[in-house]
Parts: sequence; C-alpha cells; structure tokens
Amino acid sequence: MSAEHTDPTRAEVCAVAVADAFAEDGETLASPIGLIPMLGARLARRTVNPDLVLSDGVSLFVADDPPLGESGQEVEGWFPHPRVFDMLTFGRRHVMMGAPQLDRHGNQNLSAIGDFDRPDRQLLGTRAAPANTVNHRTSYWIPRHSPRALVERVDVVCGVGAAAARAAGSGATRFHDLHRVVTDLAVLDFTGPDGTLRVRSVHPGVEAEELRAATGFALELPDPLPRTRLPRPEELRLIREVLDPRGLREREVPTR
Amino acid sequence: MDPRPRDKRMEIDDVVAELRDGMTIGIGGWGPRRKPMALVRAILRSDLRDLTVVSWGGADLGLLARAGKVRRAVYAFVSLDSVPLEPSFQRARQSGTIPEVVELDEQMFLTGLRAAAQRLPFLPTRAGLGSDVLVHNPEIRTIRSPYPGPDGAYDDLVAMPALRLDVALVHLNRADAHGNATYLGPDPYFDDLFCLAADRAYVSTERVVPTAELSDGVPVQRMLLNRLMVSGVVETPNGAHFTACTPDYPRDEAFQQLYARAARGSDEDWAAFRDRFLAGDEAAYQDAVRTWTEQR
Repeated sequence: MSAEHTDPTRAEVCAVAVADAFAEDGETLASPIGLIPMLGARLARRTVNPDLVLSDGVSLFVADDPPLGESGQEVEGWFPHPRVFDMLTFGRRHVMMGAPQLDRHGNQNLSAIGDFDRPDRQLLGTRAAPANTVNHRTSYWIPRHSPRALVERVDVVCGVGAAAARAAGSGATRFHDLHRVVTDLAVLDFTGPDGTLRVRSVHPGVEAEELRAATGFALELPDPLPRTRLPRPEELRLIREVLDPRGLREREVPTR
Repeated sequence: MDPRPRDKRMEIDDVVAELRDGMTIGIGGWGPRRKPMALVRAILRSDLRDLTVVSWGGADLGLLARAGKVRRAVYAFVSLDSVPLEPSFQRARQSGTIPEVVELDEQMFLTGLRAAAQRLPFLPTRAGLGSDVLVHNPEIRTIRSPYPGPDGAYDDLVAMPALRLDVALVHLNRADAHGNATYLGPDPYFDDLFCLAADRAYVSTERVVPTAELSDGVPVQRMLLNRLMVSGVVETPNGAHFTACTPDYPRDEAFQQLYARAARGSDEDWAAFRDRFLAGDEAAYQDAVRTWTEQR
C-alpha cells in the first residue's frame, strides 16, 4: 500500500482515534492491549505525546516505536510484573483494555459469559480490571461493535463503571477515571447522564442506523452526527511506512 | 570438615510425598512462563485430591482442574498467551467441575500474598471496590480507613485476606543444593513472594550448581530466592516445559498448540494426549516430547 495516496481504512481511523485518546496524558505509562491500541499508542508517541512511556509488554520500557509485531530495541527501563502493580497503584498509567462486554454504565466484563457459577463461556478471568478502574485512567477497545459486546448489563462486573464506583464510596471514586471507548464503528466517552456512555463521533462511512443496530442498548445520537476525524497525511505515512508496514492492523479491523 | 548448610536436594516424588490431600498449594511463574511443570505433572500422577491451587494461572491450573485434583481454584486469570483461553480450565469451569472458584482481581491476589508473607490477617487495597469480585466472594470484607483523605472523606477499602499457602512450588533457572536460586530471564514474577507466603517452599531448577556459580557472571540482583525461604531443591532439566524458561528455552509453541487442540477436542483426543505424554514419570514425559519433536 503506498502512503498517503489511498483513502484511510477503518483500521487507520481507529488507530488515530486511539492516538487521540492518549494525546493529553503527558508523561504517563500507556498500557495498550491489542494491535490497534498498540499502534495508536505508538502513533501518539510519534506525534501528539512524545512523553508517553511504553513497555514491550514483557518486562522492559522501550524508548523507540518499532513496527507492530516487533519489540523495541532502545531500552529505557526494567518493567517486570511486580513493577506493573506498583505503577498501577502509583496511578500514572492509562490502560486501554479489551471489553468482551461493556454496558451503558461503563461496567466491563472479561471474566465469563452467562452465570458466573456455571458460565456458558469462561473468558480470561477478572485480570486487573477492578484495580485499573479505581486506580487510574482507563479506556476500552472493542474491535467488533455488536449487540453482544455493547450490552444493557454485563454478566460479571470486572471494570467498574461510574454508578458502581459511586455506590462503593470515596475509596472507589477517588482515582476513578474512565476516559474513552474506541470501537470499529465509533468513539464514545462517559459524559452521558450519570457517567453513562455517549457517542462522541462515528467513523466515516458508518450510518446512524448501523450504529444503533450494532448496540445492545438504546443510544442517543447527536444530530448531526459528528464524524471521527480522518488521519492526517503524516499520520498515514507513519502508520503505513513506519509503524505497521506489514498491515497487521487490517487483521484486527478488516476493511468491509 | 567443610561446614556447609544442609543439602536440600530431593527427587520429584519426594516433593509430592510431602503434600497431603486438602492442602493449599501456590504455584509460581506467570501464565505460560516459568511454571514448575515437572512438579505439576508429578501431582497429576499422584493420588492427591481436594487441593486448593493459588496461581497466576496457565496450564498448571488447567491440567490439575481437568484431572479433578482441584477443590478450590484461586486465580485472577488463566491463559496461555498465544492461546488466550486455557482450554482445560475453560472446560472445567463450563462443566462446573471445580467445586469452589475464587476469581480475584490481580491486585487483590497480590495483596493477599503480601499479607500472608507479612503474617498479617489482611491488607487494604482499592482493587475490587464496586466490582462483582466482592459479590462472588462475600467472605471478603471492606474496612473503613481510620485516616481521612485530603477531602476529609474516610475511604472504605477492600480488606484482602491473607492467601496463606501450605506449600509453594516454583521453578528457577539455577539453584544450589541449599535452596539459593537465581532467575536468568527477564522477570522474577512473584516466586519469592509465593515462597514467603508458604509454610514450605520447593524449588525445581534447570540445574543445581555450586553456590559460587550462582553469582558467577550473574548480577546478584538475580538471586531471587535464598535458602531461608526454601525447604527443598529438585533438579528437573526442561522441567518448565512447555512453558517458557528464558533464556534456557522459549515456550514450546508447537507443543502448546498440540496440547490446546487435544484439550479442546473430544474425550478420545484428550485420552490419546494423556496416554502418550502424561501416563508415565517425568523421564517418560521428556522422552515422549523428544520423540514427538523429532517426528514433526
């Protein structure tokens, strides 16, 4: 694919939306989970936020931004698992996690689908979603925006939404900071009534009806619908020539 | 006479002989990385039952759950990384064969181990507040901070109970006969904490070396375990297989795929895998893996 001369793909729009989510963090540890989040975070460091701190996902802080699928060469620190949890509670961290289920209140589930005691489908487990959401900024990445992912009520509350945090008191709300949701169709945030999900923008080519049908709860859509911004030429060049020359991004968000 | 500390070398089956039905066993490593798999396989061969397993879960927890050894599973995730969902564990959960499930947040899990290592009944953490972890584990209480925050509010926090272990099993790259041990890979994980949280800890190792060799060309910061924390040492070359034991060997990705396919497959598929690889002792396992690798 030659740079700049073809239209941006949906995957590229998503990557730029992810970069925008990390734009205002300053010197923060970004923990992007997934291909597009990783691409977006590396793009953010190359453009809007050079202070961002990134790890290789194993045990090092890396100062350079290698192509997707490769690990960085320039080590700027040691970041083994025990330190991850220190950094988590220290708070200067912004995680972008997956969300097999996310509800309108911002509760996220990556534990199990169905009844917890006898799940239809056991997923990864709770991981650190409860800790993340009461300790530092948290965003979500949903590569398939569908009624199965965006649900009225999650089966297991792992990541804590605003109402659940409020109900648990100041211990839970003190550092609670849900930031952004990027999906393959839209960008959402949590500025709806009582901290519920709100559509910020819809990706180019996505219509209101498509978004409504893909969401498992009633979405209020602004009229006219704001559009997610297109990648700038320099961002496209970085994505296509530097950060993902093999086009791995298209696997996570195929062009339809 | 050369006064040296006790020689704690043991055979794999000596370690298993120290275990009892109903014990709480902590297993070190992380997911598919540096798991004491030779010891796990030995437990699989034993008559042990009703175990509580505390683990950053990978195939260790999957295999033990599938074999019906686990009465209580304590974990925050179970994953093989390149195979995101551990198929044996998934199957056990979906068929309801683990009687008690304690699924925690990772920070809660860590806080519980730290409380045990400090011999405290609990330690406070924010993690878990507002989540269903507290709904599904109603025995875990919250506690009000005796100190006000900057805004004058008194935070309610999770009082994470100590995850005290009867026994910890860990695998390190090198150990001496006395229980000092070194990891050579990128990450210590929490193996030292597991040992401190346990009444007794057993370390399996790629190679037992003289004490002086542990720090020979190796930064002393890599000496993770000291003999105060360790009751026994077992030499088990390739003993973390098929998990990674960097830099001695990477994860055996091909074998992991073979395992995952069998675990996801029919009862016959699983029986064939089990009979081929898990029916005999550790030497038989290593032989079977070698043969399979050569035939590929």
